[in-house]
Amino acid sequence: MTGIIQLMMLFLIGCAIAVSLTRDLLTSIIIYMCFSMVMCLVWITLESPDLAITEAAVGTAITSLLYFLTLKKIHAIDARNEMRKKDTATKEKDGGAAR
Amino acid sequence: MSEQKKHSAGERFRRWLNQDTDILEQQMIAAQMKAPAEVDPEEVEWRRQRLEEEAQEEQAVARRLEAFNEQKVPETSRFLYCCICVCICLAMIGMLLYTVTMLPKFAAEWDPTINEVPQRYIEKGLQETGAVNIVTGMILDYRAFDTLGESTVLFSAVMVVLLLLRMDAESDKYSTLAAAMRSMPHTDTFYEPKHDTILQHTAKILFPIAVLLGIYVVLNGHLSPGGGFSGGAIIGAGLVLHVTAFGFQDIRRFFTYKTYQRIVSAALLTYAVSKTYSFYTGANHLESGIPLGTPGAILSSGLILVLNICVGFIVACTVYVLYAVFRKGEV
Repeated sequence: MTGIIQLMMLFLIGCAIAVSLTRDLLTSIIIYMCFSMVMCLVWITLESPDLAITEAAVGTAITSLLYFLTLKKIHAIDARNEMRKKDTATKEKDGGAAR
Repeated sequence: MSEQKKHSAGERFRRWLNQDTDILEQQMIAAQMKAPAEVDPEEVEWRRQRLEEEAQEEQAVARRLEAFNEQKVPETSRFLYCCICVCICLAMIGMLLYTVTMLPKFAAEWDPTINEVPQRYIEKGLQETGAVNIVTGMILDYRAFDTLGESTVLFSAVMVVLLLLRMDAESDKYSTLAAAMRSMPHTDTFYEPKHDTILQHTAKILFPIAVLLGIYVVLNGHLSPGGGFSGGAIIGAGLVLHVTAFGFQDIRRFFTYKTYQRIVSAALLTYAVSKTYSFYTGANHLESGIPLGTPGAILSSGLILVLNICVGFIVACTVYVLYAVFRKGEV
């Protein structure tokens, strides 16, 4: 049991570092969702099911939903955005080759 | 569509195994093909214009950003900036980790949080509040005033979001965009795929389960884990799922801004009044007259059930209204 808890703690630390290191906002929100899911399991192992239920509903569903909506409002998740990203990536490649 | 619905589950599974075209996918394609017929040309034209305007705006921003990036920043100051950033970050992490090493071990004997207060809660909680779930007994009886504050904070958060993001007849005067958004139907699904079959099928199954589970968690708050806050959040998440899959018109039939105002004000007032009563009687050593009932029964533990229902209403409405306002500026 302690092995599983330690594994989950390590996963939490990994998630926390990954959230701050990913450049893509959408990816970081999904990693944050994973963090909340595992945190929920940790609460259960710490014998606090009340907190686990709240974490599952608020941390996983509602907080990430609000983040998604905000990203949509600022057009960070948008098909045209993906295309533009590809454009700039190819441009950077070309620019790097020219230099 | 009607002939596609005749396929049984076994037939669908067989087709999936044989890697024929998926029936769900066919339905989705059919729905997508059918969709443009419903859209009126005016809206299409408006969409095109809107997209063009946005593209122009974005180009202007990109130009400004480019101009900003071309400003020459000395190499040394940039290096210094990076160094200071890393130093401050490491210092913060070090400080926090140092503090963590000084915390008492989990459930150690010299832990200052283990004192007479939790002991009293554990020993006399069931007797005094009648709630089998000590956590609920604590947050809705001993510390009910804190919970009232939390509910009020949620309420005022929604009020501020409404103040900032809500679009009504008044906002038409100041913003042409708001006026256009309000006058056009379907604007809330501007950037989304319509008739997403997978999402709709999932929502059809999950929505009733989520709402039922939420109601169960709220009503059993004093008996089993959970309570008003978690149950309300589950109900709210279910409503949000339904809205994402099927659009706002179903829920708007019974839930508008006016309903929200009424439900939440009524719930907050009920909470405040019932708690005022119990504080008054409790502080003056009067008999409250509210029976605690037998512990473990659904109708027990005095006011806690009522307070749980109030908090559940507040949280469920708050979650849904936050989502609706963030998404399209209206409830």
